[in-house]
Amino acid sequence: MKKDIVLLKGNEAIAKAAYRYGYDGFFGYPITPQSEILETLSLDKPWETTGMVVLQAESEIASINMVYAAGATGKCAMTSSSSPGVALMQEGISYMAACEIPGLVVSVGRGGPGLGTIQPGQADYYQAVYGGGNGDYHCIVLAPDSVQEMADFMGLAKELMFKWRMPLIILSDGVIGQMMEKVVMPPFQPRRSDDEIREQCPWATNGLGLKGRKYNFMSSLELDAAEMQKRNRAMTDKYNRICETEVRYESYKADDAEYIIIAYGCSARISMNAVDRLRSEGVKAGMLRPITLWPFPTKKIKELASHCKAMLTVELSEGQMVNDVRAAVEGEVPVSFFGRSGGVVPSPHEVYEAFKELVKP
Amino acid sequence: MTTEDIIQPENRVYGKPSLMNDTPMHYCPGCSHGVVHKLIAEVIEEMGIEEKTVGICPVGCAVFAYRYVDIDWIEASHGRAPACASAVKRLWPDHLVFTYQGDGDLACIGTGETIHALNRGENIAIIFINNAIYGMTGGQMAPTTLMGMKTATCPYGRQPDLHGFPLHVTDIASTLEGTCYVTRQAVNTVANIRKAKKAIRQAFENSVNKRGSSLVEIVSTCSSGWKMSPEKANQWMEENMFPYYPLGDLKNVNKE
Repeated sequence: MKKDIVLLKGNEAIAKAAYRYGYDGFFGYPITPQSEILETLSLDKPWETTGMVVLQAESEIASINMVYAAGATGKCAMTSSSSPGVALMQEGISYMAACEIPGLVVSVGRGGPGLGTIQPGQADYYQAVYGGGNGDYHCIVLAPDSVQEMADFMGLAKELMFKWRMPLIILSDGVIGQMMEKVVMPPFQPRRSDDEIREQCPWATNGLGLKGRKYNFMSSLELDAAEMQKRNRAMTDKYNRICETEVRYESYKADDAEYIIIAYGCSARISMNAVDRLRSEGVKAGMLRPITLWPFPTKKIKELASHCKAMLTVELSEGQMVNDVRAAVEGEVPVSFFGRSGGVVPSPHEVYEAFKELVKP
Repeated sequence: MTTEDIIQPENRVYGKPSLMNDTPMHYCPGCSHGVVHKLIAEVIEEMGIEEKTVGICPVGCAVFAYRYVDIDWIEASHGRAPACASAVKRLWPDHLVFTYQGDGDLACIGTGETIHALNRGENIAIIFINNAIYGMTGGQMAPTTLMGMKTATCPYGRQPDLHGFPLHVTDIASTLEGTCYVTRQAVNTVANIRKAKKAIRQAFENSVNKRGSSLVEIVSTCSSGWKMSPEKANQWMEENMFPYYPLGDLKNVNKE
């Protein structure tokens, strides 16, 4: 079959992949640098073809609560935003986690904190991985490093969030969102029918088949402390199973490497160049790119630490993921940090220079 | 002749709606919520659409509404019920989708969601319980608290310079192009309960038939929050709330 190849911005790829993968609804609010997602959906009018609902909400708070309710009824729904907008969504994400409701948040990071800048940033690692909402919960966090992965992860996100019944964050950044690349688009998948939703989501609050069952409700409220703890423990068991089975990463020349960069998203794309340059100079350099930021590839990093001399974490932040890398290696090798923040994107040469520091005898 | 012989279905003039669950009542004596819950159960039962109905509960005393009416419910975070309902109705366009909200939820923390859902003309029904106080958290000032009225956070009475003015949110709703039906009712007398039921029925039919947004305000009592006996609370409501929040239709575009 002929491949469907197009040239797209990362944000456009998210939008077009959404209706191709059979998402039922998008609810969002404009914010730079991700407004092309809502704009592309509005231009492509998927409600006339696949029946996907697209709605510009009055705020990010309304958007996430629309996703919450849509997911509660068994529909595959999503929103997208950027750093301060995603901050506003944290309460809703916590509710989704608590009620075990599937739903997708695409977070295209910019420099912060506060209103920050509209230039790219990766300073929302903590926000996504450790949760800005209240309570003990996690989201699965996928970090694409290309426009192709922006499209592909829309399919993976749909699969994982319904498999595990939980919110999922695609944590991207302004570089991946705005840059254009060639993308092989996924074929069209039909949206699920009412019968399929009824069969696959017996927990959903949509009224379907009510006469033959007890009523369903979605609530995170539990006034009995022992019962609340029981719910939390059950969620922790689920999170532990996810940590055992869903870790994803890309190992780039890392398996025999003595010096390893750990980087995700646009930082990984930039760092790849530094790895290649050091390899050409005869240094055993490599890179590990976490694809799932939660669950984090802790075991893989620990394994790499057993045969390398030093690691460097590269991020568009003042240093966030680096703490998870340090925790993973448990002091076995030194872990340095190279970061740019506030919207500054380093050149490959700057990363090369920082990486080379590690190799000094 | 035994009691069973006498109580035959044809002799009954009243029965518990089949959609009311046997849940121990958590509302205070005299509270309006119980009556309104029953009306909702009756209307859904009479319309026969429980398999195509989604209710959205608020945060507040009605946070446990889902325990009483035997339909599928979603518990919204504080104030966000109209956003939840908007999404559900758009994704399930043939369903009855309604929210059940108090004054703090609908007219304070959720004002944005309320106004915008109504202004978009979402095909949803909003049941709005206005008792001019925060009941669940122990009787604090609400956006609809009357001037001079005493609550835990305006213990000397609501004053404009300190607290601003009561919000006429239902009047605002009636000016929005997306609303098709805006009405203010009460459940303090049998006659008013019947009128309120008719209003709820019309709002629910508007949702199913995609006629636009409906808002049914029920001016209500809060005996505990107002620190009055149920009887005194009803009397106080009639004397103080009704002049400020007069009963009747504010807008009904589908009326023949």
